Amino acid sequence: MLSFLFRRLLQTIPTVLAVVALVFVLFSVAPGSIVSSMSDDSDPQVELRMKQQLGLDQPVYARFGAYIAKLATGDFGTSFRTREPVTTMIAKRIWPTLQLVFAAMALAVVIGVPLGFVAALKPGGIVDTLAMVVAVSGLSIAKFWLGLVLMYFFALKLGWLPSFGYGDGGLKYLILPAVTLGVSPMALFARTTRAAVLEIMTADFVRTARSKGMSETRVVKWHVMRNALVIILTTVGLQFGALMGQAVVVEKLFSWPGIGSLLVDSVLQRDIPAVQGSILVVVLAFLAINLLIDLLYGVIDPRIRYA
Amino acid sequence: MKLRANLVIGGALFALAILVGLLAPWLAHTDPVMDANLMNAEEPPSWTWWFGTDDQGRDIYSRVVYGAQVSLTVGIVSQLINSVIGVALGLSAGYFGGWWDDVVNALTNLMLAIPSLIFALAIMAVLGPGLTSLLIALGLTNWSFTCRIARASALSLRSQGYVQAATVLGYGDLRIMITQLLPNMLGPIIVIGTLGMGSAVLSEAALSFLGLGVRPPFPSWGSMLSEAREQITTAPWLSVFPGLAIFLTVLGLNLLGDGLRDILDPQSRSRRT
Amino acid sequence: MTGAPLIEVRDLRIDLDYGSRRVAAAEGVSFRIDRGETFGLVGESGCGKSITALALIGLLRPPLSIGGGVIRFEGQEVQHLSAARQRELRGNRIAMIFQEPMTALNPVSPVGRQIAEMFVLHKGKGWREANKLAVEALASVRVPAPERRVHDYPHQLSGGMRQRVMIAIALACGPDLLIADEPTTALDVTVQAEIIELMRNLCAERGTAILMISHDLGLVANVCRRVAVMYAGRIVEERGSADIFRAPSHPYTQGLVASLPRLGSRAALGRSRLKEIAGVVPAITNFPDGCRFNPRCAQATEICRTIVPETDRLDAGGLVRCHHHA
Repeated sequence: MLSFLFRRLLQTIPTVLAVVALVFVLFSVAPGSIVSSMSDDSDPQVELRMKQQLGLDQPVYARFGAYIAKLATGDFGTSFRTREPVTTMIAKRIWPTLQLVFAAMALAVVIGVPLGFVAALKPGGIVDTLAMVVAVSGLSIAKFWLGLVLMYFFALKLGWLPSFGYGDGGLKYLILPAVTLGVSPMALFARTTRAAVLEIMTADFVRTARSKGMSETRVVKWHVMRNALVIILTTVGLQFGALMGQAVVVEKLFSWPGIGSLLVDSVLQRDIPAVQGSILVVVLAFLAINLLIDLLYGVIDPRIRYA
Repeated sequence: MKLRANLVIGGALFALAILVGLLAPWLAHTDPVMDANLMNAEEPPSWTWWFGTDDQGRDIYSRVVYGAQVSLTVGIVSQLINSVIGVALGLSAGYFGGWWDDVVNALTNLMLAIPSLIFALAIMAVLGPGLTSLLIALGLTNWSFTCRIARASALSLRSQGYVQAATVLGYGDLRIMITQLLPNMLGPIIVIGTLGMGSAVLSEAALSFLGLGVRPPFPSWGSMLSEAREQITTAPWLSVFPGLAIFLTVLGLNLLGDGLRDILDPQSRSRRT
Repeated sequence: MTGAPLIEVRDLRIDLDYGSRRVAAAEGVSFRIDRGETFGLVGESGCGKSITALALIGLLRPPLSIGGGVIRFEGQEVQHLSAARQRELRGNRIAMIFQEPMTALNPVSPVGRQIAEMFVLHKGKGWREANKLAVEALASVRVPAPERRVHDYPHQLSGGMRQRVMIAIALACGPDLLIADEPTTALDVTVQAEIIELMRNLCAERGTAILMISHDLGLVANVCRRVAVMYAGRIVEERGSADIFRAPSHPYTQGLVASLPRLGSRAALGRSRLKEIAGVVPAITNFPDGCRFNPRCAQATEICRTIVPETDRLDAGGLVRCHHHA
């Protein structure tokens, strides 16, 4: 188990390095001088001094080497805008993003998976049709629009929930953003679960279970569920990545102080170190979560052994 | 073959969206950009202003109609780019194998590690806002799934008799890939492409909403919603129609994709995107 | 004939919905099995023997359904029982083992638990006691170290061991009838004989009747006292096992017997597959008129091509469905 964990960690290193390189190259070849885009006065003296300060006068490969060396010590550089270390900026924002993503994911799993199960029990029935209409709608709705609509009704019209912000970090601030973010994975899980269950229902061992004299409910509870979870788990793992991406939009809409809104603000202000840092942290978090999911596989599926 | 409801509804919605985009100059009541008139600012929907007007007095109906052009162009073209990249990489990787396969696999894993919206955002940050940037950003970031399917399909087809027969007959690699392998994987590729168009439309809207899409004042459903957010208390109708337009277009594409899957790729019930 | 049969099938028809059409995948199927008796159903794949078995245990699923006829278990018409009453019979009184021991067991559930379920379902036991009984059940099918094996998952067991587990599950509640659908087809030859012996001995000890289904006439005749041969959805001949080898009456049966290496020889016992008789089994959607074997039958005449033969009683005992039977 430990050796498996270690091996998986080793396997992610090339991916991380590739992402680092990609993120670096992307912004090193960015057209137009970063410095000129940030200062209004075009005094060449000032520009040169700033370039030196930020190390931008060095050749690309030297900057890449220095960048990697600093990253290795946990230093993401200094923000162009705020002159704060990017590491500090990100540290402040990582918790709200994780909160949001996990809350949305929990919501999606808790509603989506049972919905898929119920739908699969009577394929083509009313419940199934209704659930699948809801699911395809959930996949088709633009998140920020859904967020706007929810905000309008629950915050502005009914006044039940705050319309935006993190507040004191309380649950009532989390609800609207989490629901907004959670709807499309919920829809996806409902569809994946339904498809997985329907497929498993045709398996030989399900026929065996029926030949034992089990009710359909028990067949599903005792034999289908766990097998379906293996398939669902894969989707959940992949979906974490998508959620972290889409969190950007939701955080921006609800002024949620997470990495996503930091990323957007930094992109709009061309604060390259902050952009690079945010992207890297998101990717790292995604890889870490998938590592955990890989470990979970072993718990659910006995055929997977971490030899 | 039974006519599937999702195929019909989806096809109809998508066709409607395309028609609206193509016929925008005739369908629109006013010019979506120029016809601002502060005298008509923030009119709620009425017989004159079907979807109401915004704070500059522009006709929302006309802007929504023109917005279809951006959404559909981005949706269709960027997904085409994705499909071409995915098929080219996956097909060749599966066909040739060896080091090229390893390279493509590594690339695919890299793509999967970066959430595609974030990747697109980063590219938009570099290229700056605009239609071309959108096409590139969204066209380069969503091909991994197509690539995997194409690769798996090429791998399984490569060993089959008729492909080997073609090799014996002295067909070139490219010719074999295009004439023998490609037609056999087209079904799932089309299905993924249709669903991918839907997510490209959503991504375009998201990027425009974040201020990284099409440059204002040309209307895009995403940027219209971004502006509408400021006025949600005073003019909620501004938020309704662009959002509805996105929803119906993407719903159409998703239903169409589901319907096509039932016909073109029936064995892959659990292979959901 | 000794008193009421354990199970009686009369004129059973099984429908297959095929697109918008409905065709009979099996029809006119009648037989009876007495308590503790062994009965075999033989035929090529697609002849309807497996779906007949599924109909008996109530496991036909769309597009298949029972289209007519009667199935009586201890005199009760099974089809008209409520779903809950049917489930009480299923597994408890009528049990079934399937062909593929690899896929017939749930891959993510320990085998002990899959046995224990039977005691929870039908004997009202709690899981703790059921698990203890599962160890005993595993011991009874001669699995070594059963108290450890119950924790194993199917993929950790060999094919033969998995089929032993299937037998343990099937016999857990002491059923009156065991339906065995090609129980050894997927196994190694050496393991086949062991499994057949085990199944036969256990059922004999407990007085459990066996309905054995196989494409292998030699194997079935070895295990069963009586054998019915199915062809294209109909039973064409039903005889005592010895008789069917000595004097097969239906031309199809004659072909089957002729294709066996040597009657009663060791080679015939559970080893050889049926050799193909000239021609192929017609598709369900395209059964010929009259006797369905007529396109492949050397003795076929005009009547065979037009009129469905009735089932006749043979003087020597047994039934046959042929216009020209001896």
